[in-house]
Amino acid sequence: MEVFWYALVDSVKLLFGGDAALYEIIGLSLRVSGISLFLAMCIGVPLGYLIGAHRFCGRGLIIAIVNTGMGLPPVVVGLTVYMLLSRSGPIWDLYLAWVGQDMPRVLYTVTAMIIAQVIISTPLVTGVTLAAIASVPTELRLQARSLGASKLQEAVLTVKEARRGVMAAVAAGFGGIISEVGAVNMVGGNIAGKTRVMTTAIQLETGQGNFGLALALGLILIGISFVIMNGFTRVQQSGGRYER
Amino acid sequence: MSVRTHHCGGTPIITGEDITVRYHRRTVVEVARFDLCDGETHAILGPSGSGKSTLLRVLGLLEKPTHGRVTLDGRPVTAGDKDARMMMAAVFQNPYLFKGTVAENVAYGLRLRGVPRSERDDRVAAALERVGLGGTQKSSALRLSGGEAQRVALARALVLEPRILLLDEPLSYLDPLIKRRLVTDFSEILSAEGVTALYVTHDQDEAMVVADRVSIIREGRVVRTGEVDEVMTLPTDEWIADFIGMDTALRGGIVATEEGIADIMVASEHVHARTDLPVGVDVLIGIRPEDVTLFSGDAELPPSSARNRLRMRVEAVERMGSTDRVSLSSNGLRIAASVSRAASRELGLEPGSEVLALFKATSVRVQSAVGVPTGV
Repeated sequence: MEVFWYALVDSVKLLFGGDAALYEIIGLSLRVSGISLFLAMCIGVPLGYLIGAHRFCGRGLIIAIVNTGMGLPPVVVGLTVYMLLSRSGPIWDLYLAWVGQDMPRVLYTVTAMIIAQVIISTPLVTGVTLAAIASVPTELRLQARSLGASKLQEAVLTVKEARRGVMAAVAAGFGGIISEVGAVNMVGGNIAGKTRVMTTAIQLETGQGNFGLALALGLILIGISFVIMNGFTRVQQSGGRYER
Repeated sequence: MSVRTHHCGGTPIITGEDITVRYHRRTVVEVARFDLCDGETHAILGPSGSGKSTLLRVLGLLEKPTHGRVTLDGRPVTAGDKDARMMMAAVFQNPYLFKGTVAENVAYGLRLRGVPRSERDDRVAAALERVGLGGTQKSSALRLSGGEAQRVALARALVLEPRILLLDEPLSYLDPLIKRRLVTDFSEILSAEGVTALYVTHDQDEAMVVADRVSIIREGRVVRTGEVDEVMTLPTDEWIADFIGMDTALRGGIVATEEGIADIMVASEHVHARTDLPVGVDVLIGIRPEDVTLFSGDAELPPSSARNRLRMRVEAVERMGSTDRVSLSSNGLRIAASVSRAASRELGLEPGSEVLALFKATSVRVQSAVGVPTGV
């Protein structure tokens, strides 16, 4: 058990020890996952609304695809993004054909990590959002329309009505990527000072036998997740007297 | 089916022409013409599943019909016409209040219309006052009772000062006491506002309180349209009669008139009714069961202005809640009377017994039979 105790002490020491490299890793983790989450929300919330609020042919199939996407193995996403962005991948060829010069390297950059994480989190955001939207009665949208709402205003109102579910969607999306290691490691390469994030650092330290350090990083990651998720929950649960 | 049509005296605001709505090949609405006149409260009355709410959504530009055309002030409009939609506001069966305060709910439409904050607050306050909920702005909209919620829904629509108010069974979720209070309030508010309203309901009493005109709808078709009094006293066919709880209107001919009172021959019985129609005209007559008073066959009649005093035979007695509905006949004339349970007991009403039926000439509704299908 002692190893856990030392790890806890180490993590506190690390966190407040002023280690610039550690802060950089934490910062990058938050930046990559934050930007990815933001992009996933920009895609997933409208998509979730469109699927959740409308009845159309093939809706069931699309929902099944989205739900499958929610369980996408990050390693497979990493592999796919790696193959797409690699020198022998199709995007490289397309870029060369269209622009006429070599594409700047995306692999092993923060951009590649963000692309991978957006692919992982978008289905999570979409899937939970659509379930939340679908539970808002269609008559509520009819009511809004009858008071003069445009399609967009109807959508905004519906998302507001489904606020708790949509917040859950955002939390699910964030949870899916902040803790993810397979994809960022593969497309980011865990380059110190460039693409090293908390999860890849943990993996590296574990591999090198620095269990204490790895565990300390792990505890810090969980702590950060807790603080952020707690924030989400606070927002989600606020205004309870206006909830059903 | 040929239908006696009643168009507006004035100009219609909304007209629906050849409206058909089909869901999965099932025809839900098939209406050749529907006029909503300026300033009237028009009830669409029909049983559940008759397509009345669908018709309201089509006329209110909330749903596109499968076929047909809706015109507003003579101009063809569709569900995509924002200006037209902005003239209307709706209240549905379930109030569907949005999360937030009462004030936020009532202000919703005003915000969509870009009304500035200060004006918004004033109008919200006034609208809440009008529906009897003054000062409730800051309450949570989702913690209101059913009656209060429906009042907020009405305020949310009224605050927009719509030209046309769409009311889709606004009271049918409420318990009888609240409903009775609200139906009176709604009726007062509607007539005070001078707003044109389309009022969908399955409850004929509600329709009679709120509406100026009424259209009865059956299986997606309008089977009768007209002034409330006329439609509700002169059911032109058996189905309508059954639906509104009366006997089918009777066919007769005016054989004499004197000082505005006509002597109408119905089967081989004389009925006196107030009408301006001349001798020789074929008419339909209807008498609301509530307007018929019964006395025992050998009673000394009290002085009464009732012109019609008929010795009639009781055919059937049907229990209707607090009253008994008595079917009567005499020389081929068949009418119904509504009497209290106590009176029914006292008179010993049972099939075969004889009674005196009294009703005033003014209680008999008369309409020219011209243009009414001969099935009646």
